[in-house]
Amino acid sequence: MLYRENGQFKTSYADDQQLFPIAQDRWSILALTVFAFIGIPLLVDEYLLRAILIPFLILSLAALGVNILVGYCGQITLGAGAFMAVGAYAAYNFHSRLPGMPLVLSMLLGGVTAALVGIFFGIPSLRVRGLYLAVATLAAQFFTDWVFLRVPWFTDHAASGSVSVSNLQILGWQIAEPVDKYLFCLFWLTVFALLAKNMTRSAIGRQWMAIRDMDVAAEVIGIRPLFAKLSAFAVSSFYVGTAGALWGFIHLSSWEPAAFSVDRSFQLLFMVIIGGLGSIMGSFFGAAFIVILPIVLNQFLPALGRLVGLNISTAGVSHAELIIFGSLIIFFLIKEPHGIARLWSTGKEKLRLWPFPH
Amino acid sequence: MTRQIGEAILDLKNVSLSFGGVKALTDISFDIREHEIRAIIGPNGAGKSSMLNVINGVYRPQQGEIVLRGERFSRMNPYKAAKAGISRTFQNIALFKGMSVLDNIMTGRSLKIGSNLLQQAFWWGPARREELAHRAKVEEVIDFLEIQHIRKTPVGRLPYGLQKRVDLGRALAMEPSILLLDEPMAGMNVEEKQDMCRFILDVNDQFGTTIVLIEHDMAVVMDISDRVVVLDYGKKIGDGAPEEVRANPDVISAYLGAGH
Repeated sequence: MLYRENGQFKTSYADDQQLFPIAQDRWSILALTVFAFIGIPLLVDEYLLRAILIPFLILSLAALGVNILVGYCGQITLGAGAFMAVGAYAAYNFHSRLPGMPLVLSMLLGGVTAALVGIFFGIPSLRVRGLYLAVATLAAQFFTDWVFLRVPWFTDHAASGSVSVSNLQILGWQIAEPVDKYLFCLFWLTVFALLAKNMTRSAIGRQWMAIRDMDVAAEVIGIRPLFAKLSAFAVSSFYVGTAGALWGFIHLSSWEPAAFSVDRSFQLLFMVIIGGLGSIMGSFFGAAFIVILPIVLNQFLPALGRLVGLNISTAGVSHAELIIFGSLIIFFLIKEPHGIARLWSTGKEKLRLWPFPH
Repeated sequence: MTRQIGEAILDLKNVSLSFGGVKALTDISFDIREHEIRAIIGPNGAGKSSMLNVINGVYRPQQGEIVLRGERFSRMNPYKAAKAGISRTFQNIALFKGMSVLDNIMTGRSLKIGSNLLQQAFWWGPARREELAHRAKVEEVIDFLEIQHIRKTPVGRLPYGLQKRVDLGRALAMEPSILLLDEPMAGMNVEEKQDMCRFILDVNDQFGTTIVLIEHDMAVVMDISDRVVVLDYGKKIGDGAPEEVRANPDVISAYLGAGH
């Protein structure tokens, strides 16, 4: 009854093409953003910020990047962890080797470096697709694992590739407390989510989707697969790379190559599958799901076990986590390949008609 | 009819195409004149679709050349063809299933997009203005094809006849000078065929678009086309006005069956 667009007439194409054409969406997203910027820092304690919200924001950004490539352009990737590592280590090098380098700039440059590496590893996509492409991108993963562990130059000759950053600040704003870190990540994510939304609703986004859905037809109407695919790799790797820089600089502040292992690549891919391929919103859903589920299981599974007289160990919980993840992924692939985002939009469509569906 | 059929705009010279040992096209030559409706007919497997694929560069013929407005292309590719103003529809609808009707037709404007990725990401002046201008153009196509009511619908949900219409819309959004239609009326009922014929004739008449048409419905072909070329087993067996072709004994035996 509340979610209804009756009476919202559009009199120009500009009105019809705005970010959120339905007024209720517009207001609720605005309210959510304001709450995230003002409400959450006031209400939430440090543990929640550090353990849930900051990882959620950063992984959302990474999932957004993966979704641009996998969900919008249809090019499967198992190299997301690699591009995160490239972003993090490149940003580290810019930050530590060039004194006086502003934090934001070194992170952006980390993203640009990741984009270049992404373009390089995206070249096979011009020839192979599907499983073969997944294997080709997996090569990126193993390559970067090796490079950051064995080539000391990239890690400034640190032992076993472990590096750390400290004293992060932007124009005198010290990013030290969890609240500061949270706000920085939130700001970053808000900006880049907006940019991603703009890209997906304009010409470049349509080119990506055209390549995804029917590449021969796309070529015939004048879309160059080379440009569409490699630009998707570049943009995606840029997002994933800056997410890696955030993960290293803001979340961990000291890290080693294992932080961006192949597990991370799979985790990001699962996020976009569960959250929703080809949906900006879905990237957030997926990240929230994967960040929160282990914590929820940690809290509730032992309690649930005691209820029926079972004692579930910590190892048991982490095993259960894998089992539940696995079965959920199979469930989503079979039942709802477009993930939670599709459930969400179906729900909204129903809500538009509720309570009179006929 | 106000349209005037002009000089040959597209000339195919001695085109041969084979896949391994299978000869799809053997030494085929014909021309297409500006503003005309040119039909390609022939039994199944005669090489009609291969012919279209050669014209817009999806297939590369082993021999022969394509002369487009006096320019020779021995190696055509789809992008060059699109740039040169050739657009097409597909026999098995090749729409972008995950996108709405509007977005599908908007992709037809791809070649006319001037703004770059960064401008689009920031929804910057030129990108935004361009988006609106193309939207207005696309709405003209939507009006023309009478599909206003489905513009926001994902194409996967549409019935077959409407999908064919959207496919035509996407090709029209390119504002082509030559439009290749691969069986635009296959699988349609009489009413839908009538609509489609009307759209084809209107496109030809109002925009002066040259049309190359593959179609199995002989009544339609004989009615709307100016000239017809007939293929059989990859060879050209007839070429000319519909009446001539209908009287051609080779065509009758090959196409309509020997006992006809």
